[in-house]
Amino acid sequence: MKHGLRWFWAALISVLSSFAFAASDSTWEMESMKPDLNDVESLQRGLALYANFCIGCHSLQYQRYERTANDLGEIPHNLVLENIIFTDQRIGDYMTTSMSEEDAKNWFGVAPPDLTMVTRVRSPKWVYNFLKTFYVDESRPYGVNNKVFPNVGMPHVLLPLQGISEEVCYGYATVDVLDRLNAFDEAQKEGVTDSIDRLQGRELNCPEIRVIPDSGLYSVEEFDQAAFDLANFLHYVSDPSRQQRKALGTWVIGFLVILLVLAYFLNREYWKDIHKDKPE
Amino acid sequence: MTESTNRSGFISRCQAWIDARFPWTDTLDRHATKYYAPRNFNFWYVFGALAFFVLILQLVTGVWLTMSYEPTGEGAFGSIEYTMREVSFGWLIRYLHSTGASAFFVVVYIHMFRGFAYGSYRSPRELIWLIGMGIYLVLMAEGFFGYLLPWGNMSYWGAQVIVSLVGAIPFFGPDLMEWVRGDFVMSEITLNRFFALHVFALPGALVVLVFVHIVALHHVGSNNPDGIEIKAKKNEKGVPLDGIPFHPYYTVHDFFAIVVFLIIFCAVVFYAPEMFGYFIEKPNFEIANPLKTPEHIAPVWYYTPFYAMLRAATFPLFGVDAKFWGLVVMAGAILIPAALPWLDKSPVRSIRYKGRISKFMLGMLVTSFIVLGYLGTIPPSPFATFVAQVGTMLYFSYFLLMPWYTRREKTKAEPERVTG
Repeated sequence: MKHGLRWFWAALISVLSSFAFAASDSTWEMESMKPDLNDVESLQRGLALYANFCIGCHSLQYQRYERTANDLGEIPHNLVLENIIFTDQRIGDYMTTSMSEEDAKNWFGVAPPDLTMVTRVRSPKWVYNFLKTFYVDESRPYGVNNKVFPNVGMPHVLLPLQGISEEVCYGYATVDVLDRLNAFDEAQKEGVTDSIDRLQGRELNCPEIRVIPDSGLYSVEEFDQAAFDLANFLHYVSDPSRQQRKALGTWVIGFLVILLVLAYFLNREYWKDIHKDKPE
Repeated sequence: MTESTNRSGFISRCQAWIDARFPWTDTLDRHATKYYAPRNFNFWYVFGALAFFVLILQLVTGVWLTMSYEPTGEGAFGSIEYTMREVSFGWLIRYLHSTGASAFFVVVYIHMFRGFAYGSYRSPRELIWLIGMGIYLVLMAEGFFGYLLPWGNMSYWGAQVIVSLVGAIPFFGPDLMEWVRGDFVMSEITLNRFFALHVFALPGALVVLVFVHIVALHHVGSNNPDGIEIKAKKNEKGVPLDGIPFHPYYTVHDFFAIVVFLIIFCAVVFYAPEMFGYFIEKPNFEIANPLKTPEHIAPVWYYTPFYAMLRAATFPLFGVDAKFWGLVVMAGAILIPAALPWLDKSPVRSIRYKGRISKFMLGMLVTSFIVLGYLGTIPPSPFATFVAQVGTMLYFSYFLLMPWYTRREKTKAEPERVTG
């Protein structure tokens, strides 16, 4: 490649390197979460949590119990039937909710979505943060709101585990200095020094939520783990052949690399005679 | 020893039997063992073979996907998940096909770029070029129809946006749009016809066009990086001095290229089949929902340069909506390379011997195409639209100014024989 069109590569690289990816829409800063599909225990705990807290409303309509049991460390089927399936469903059935769509609409306004592929539509990280960021908000029908999915029409199902969490607010979000001084003066006249923000009805900056200690069964760390397990489990469900795919990929690419070496020498062998009698 | 002689005797008798009834040996000679290709093909010349390979891959995986696919509004999305989860290696077939679609465009775009750079469209290869443009158009349609079939939400809305472009045509638009969809909205009827076109009509057209593309190529002979005719200098047997038999020299060469390609391709298939949302977009893991528009609708990456040009037309003209002019610009951008054989007035074919302006313009074309491709994936903003407008002008200027700059610039002398 004498005339290698170097300028082409240069242009390509300069353009590609300038690509910037759009940031997420939510203002809530999500904690990072890296799913770990090798952690079978986590996936099993996630399955148990799902069966106890989620499947009452959310189906996994493309996933079967049997496949789940087999994939997550060969769980014996009778254990699944006794501890995971609380309806008359059989081991080979899809993991669907027993709540009818009609009831769901009557009770919640909308049918709760199927979650088979929620981590592919959103991300495991999103699910993890969503589960962790319910907080008390009396203005909402269920008394709770969510940081990652504001005004979500879902109650805080994991509340018995997590406990009650509240927003921690301080300062103004978007008020200029003059407004702030006026508000302070007025509040002082009325003899109020705390909660000035609330009195003025201004937008608050609430960058944290905090769990009221001992209001739930789990400690903060234990609940973090539970949220992780659920998100991790849903990540598995979203594409159950993921592990098989990656394992097979190693073999396929390994084979191709060997083939590449052979193809290279085959090519070189044939081209020897051509390169020998090159025109001057 | 005698056994093997007997066997080869048997084989040659079979061959003779066939050759008396079908031009078997003759065809092999003409297209492989005695098809003389220039000896100086470089890196850029493997992409035709790769495109052919990907075509076969798509046809084969497509057949297997069709076996479990259900072309109904109710069942389409679920049948894909069924393939992914319950069919043995269904996930592999599906990811090979979805990644194959993107790979097809990667190799075809590079194959076309090769033609741009080395003047492969110049006389006497105009027909090869036009047939190639036909392949490209059918491929775009094929990709578009196929993209609706998983019936995911991005499938649905992407198709909705593109089909609605037809509605921008003055006077006939709305009726034409209804005719294309077969319904007042995107529906199962649309899905059914897209399915028929995707698995039957267009693959058939592709195979026929690829066949004639190769027949035409083998009739006139391949161009090469020097852009000179190897047929101009032949030996006493009538074999071009710089020609070598396609088989075995280029078959082993292309085989090597296919293995390299497969390593990259399989890395995507096995480790990143969604390609971070560029090959399979996130909203496509949700079933099509006419009531829920995805936050940001963008076509798959291989259409985005043209989509950016479509959106770059922002003002009405002659009392017709801007959207229609966007459609005109987009169609023009897709079709204009077909005019290349008659736009290029340079005395030389290859970029190696063309002047500085041609080199600059080609670099600019590639840059603007990539920048437009990026702009097509992001939501519109005044700045992005401005850049897209500039990019569109630069894209078109490569073609429209070509008769002028190829005649004006100083070219280098072509060599007598191929180099390198």
